[in-house]
Amino acid sequence: MEGKRLVYMDHAATTYVKPEVLDAMMPYFTENFGNPSSIYTFSRKSKSAIEEAREKVAKAIGAKADEIYFTGGGSEADNWALKGIAFANKDKGNHIITTKIEHHAILHACEFLEKNGFEITYLNVDENGMISLDELERAITDKTILISIMFANNEIGTIEPIKEIGEIAKKRNIYFHTDAVQAVGNVKIDVKDMNIDLLSLAAHKFYGPKGVGALYIKKGVKIENLIHGGGQERKRRAGTENIPGIVGLGKAIELATSDIDSHNERIIKMRDRLLEGIMEKIPHTKLNGHPEKRLPGNINVSFRFIEGESLLLLLDQSGICASTGSACSSGSLDPSHVLLAIGLPHEIAHGSLRLSLGDATKEEDIDYVLEVLPKIVQRLRDMSPLYETFKHKGETINV
Amino acid sequence: MIYFDNSATTKPHREVVEEVLLCMEKYFGNPSSAHRLGVEAEKRMKAARENVARLINAQTSDIIFTSGGSESNNTAIKGILKKGDHVISSKIEHPSVLKTLKEIEEEGIEVTYLNVDANGVVDINQLKDSIRENTRLVTIMHVNNEIGSIQPIEQIINIVRNSNKKTKIHVDAVQSAGKIKIDVKSMDVDLMSLSSHKIHGPKGAGALYIKKGLNIKPLISGGGQERDLRSGTENLPMISGFGVAAGIILDNMEDKIKKVNAVKKHFVERLNEFDDIKVNSPIDDFHIGNILNVSFRGIKGEVLLHALEDYDIYVSTGSACSAKKSSHKNYVLPEIGLSEKDITGAVRFSFSYLNTIEEVDAAIDALKKILTFLRRIKK
Ligand SMILES: Cc1ncc(COP(=O)(O)O)c(C=O)c1O
Ligand SMILES: Cc1ncc(COP(=O)(O)O)c(C=O)c1O
Repeated sequence: MEGKRLVYMDHAATTYVKPEVLDAMMPYFTENFGNPSSIYTFSRKSKSAIEEAREKVAKAIGAKADEIYFTGGGSEADNWALKGIAFANKDKGNHIITTKIEHHAILHACEFLEKNGFEITYLNVDENGMISLDELERAITDKTILISIMFANNEIGTIEPIKEIGEIAKKRNIYFHTDAVQAVGNVKIDVKDMNIDLLSLAAHKFYGPKGVGALYIKKGVKIENLIHGGGQERKRRAGTENIPGIVGLGKAIELATSDIDSHNERIIKMRDRLLEGIMEKIPHTKLNGHPEKRLPGNINVSFRFIEGESLLLLLDQSGICASTGSACSSGSLDPSHVLLAIGLPHEIAHGSLRLSLGDATKEEDIDYVLEVLPKIVQRLRDMSPLYETFKHKGETINV
Repeated sequence: MIYFDNSATTKPHREVVEEVLLCMEKYFGNPSSAHRLGVEAEKRMKAARENVARLINAQTSDIIFTSGGSESNNTAIKGILKKGDHVISSKIEHPSVLKTLKEIEEEGIEVTYLNVDANGVVDINQLKDSIRENTRLVTIMHVNNEIGSIQPIEQIINIVRNSNKKTKIHVDAVQSAGKIKIDVKSMDVDLMSLSSHKIHGPKGAGALYIKKGLNIKPLISGGGQERDLRSGTENLPMISGFGVAAGIILDNMEDKIKKVNAVKKHFVERLNEFDDIKVNSPIDDFHIGNILNVSFRGIKGEVLLHALEDYDIYVSTGSACSAKKSSHKNYVLPEIGLSEKDITGAVRFSFSYLNTIEEVDAAIDALKKILTFLRRIKK
């Protein structure tokens, strides 16, 4: 790799692991490697470490410890919530409501359920990525068993009206799941106050390790297991526990939620400077997502006349790590389903870039991106036949 | 510390821990990301996949990573079956197989659970008789986690292939990988489950071998990672640690097997110095060399376990996942015909090639002292 400089603007894809988190994990790789299910005292350290982590997760989202179940990540938690609720409650109904902008872990679980006799309503979102509470209310039928709406969107950063959704779900006596993978550490969450019945989270989005997540399941919720076997996680999630990962998740969520306000203040200040700089220096640019109700670190912009993929490549050569959308779909050529759902035409959706800031971001990173990005966009536009045509026609811009 | 509970979990190698750390500190990118951090992470994924593939002589592209052995078992079984199918398994499978089968039985899938003999080996004749037109899957563990019995997988596969071309074979090799030479190609297996933490790798990583061309449904769908068969941001540190562990165990594996066999042999020999015991996993072709299950008659296994703990010696009374609950009665030992008394007194010693003859001697000394004491108060 040529670049000496590395500016990581992809915190929404995954974050680095904080040193304190690593330190907390280390003993569980080395001296305390015991299987928590073993009955000798040596293993009790592993067991109590898991329970401590559970307390921390519970505290961070306003739940009780015995409502937290550890999983192998956010996708597993999402799949479990949807499939588990669907199959456990199919005697009550077969209708599920979600949105068009969910992560694929939700959307593909829904597709699976559709093949298995369930009906799914995919709510629209407005140009800012917001769902409509009216549309939600109208979508509810007497067969609706679950509403699953993400807390905050991973591509455009829009934060949904979770508390209001929770009220509707409660009033209509329907389970409410929220994919909070992007929200934890960025938005204050209180599952009781927000009437959330199930919530998914993943450690690697808030400076914890990969491969570990959790599903909050409110006491009394009827749900089937996704992974069957040994009696781990109070018989709800089988498999020898990933103790270092779980301990890391506990530590990370504690750190990430201890002072959300001042963390956000710092990030938002940098984010806004970056965004204003981009809008000022690069013409024909559109901000995607809600102008205010958005994740503190998120910028998603569409640059007309260029391809996001080429942009990524050139940015990478300058040492800037960014993304065109969600990491997992980076390899695909289809435009993002989220950008299409907010009404972007294909050609504009293709020219989108997500910059996600985080704890590692420094002021000089903002300066660097503001120096490099406009040049790269201009270079790509100069090579773009679309831009050429546009310049000659002098058509009016609507983005 | 003398750790004789390597079938429950193993201590990660230092090299493994270092690799995990390195990945967390340096290669923290999302392997699916297009930028350089993603590319570096993806490279390490590839190296791990190659090592894990080598562990069972698979094609690299036929390995998908999971969060562990239980997830692999669930994925294999649920991924291939649909309503109306018939499955054959055994009565001594790990709970991650048995509970999954119980679950799908409720969804209209029929299951035949094969009996095992006194050695813990499945009844081959019953297998032959059980295969039907709609038998979609035979799922059999390679090595049992409690008594170390080895199933004649080649023979089983032969029978299945000759009886029903449509039947697929899944092998839970969580306890055998790295301990017995495995070659999925010559064995002609369709699906095989592996787990990292049983071979001195980190917890939280496992793998599923899926033979090329075999279509299965994912258990976890989403972003399309692992060829769309297991979505979720890849757990690179643990996966890469798994790869390193696989590499280490493959290095001179034969010597490692010899070492562990010698440990068991020595232990069994020294057990001759004890009265009123029964070795449930003798040294023979039917049992693996790293698991030694012994009944100490007249003693409660659990009492012995705790007494050994005082000597800093760690053993188990059954599989770790069911050890806790007394409601989870041991279901494997009754299947090999042990009496209630022998079941009560059963203890499992499970070795790694890192264990030594000296440790065995120390354990024997401790056992002698404990048993003298316990048997004296019995009288
Ligand atoms: C035979 C067997 N299969 C499956 C498993 C499950 O593996 P894991 O604990 O990694 O989920 C185990 C161990 O616990 C086992 O011994
Ligand atoms: C909103 C959202 N949900 C779910 C996931 C899946 O989480 P994981 O990759 O940890 O399985 C992600 C991230 O990839 C996400 O951004």
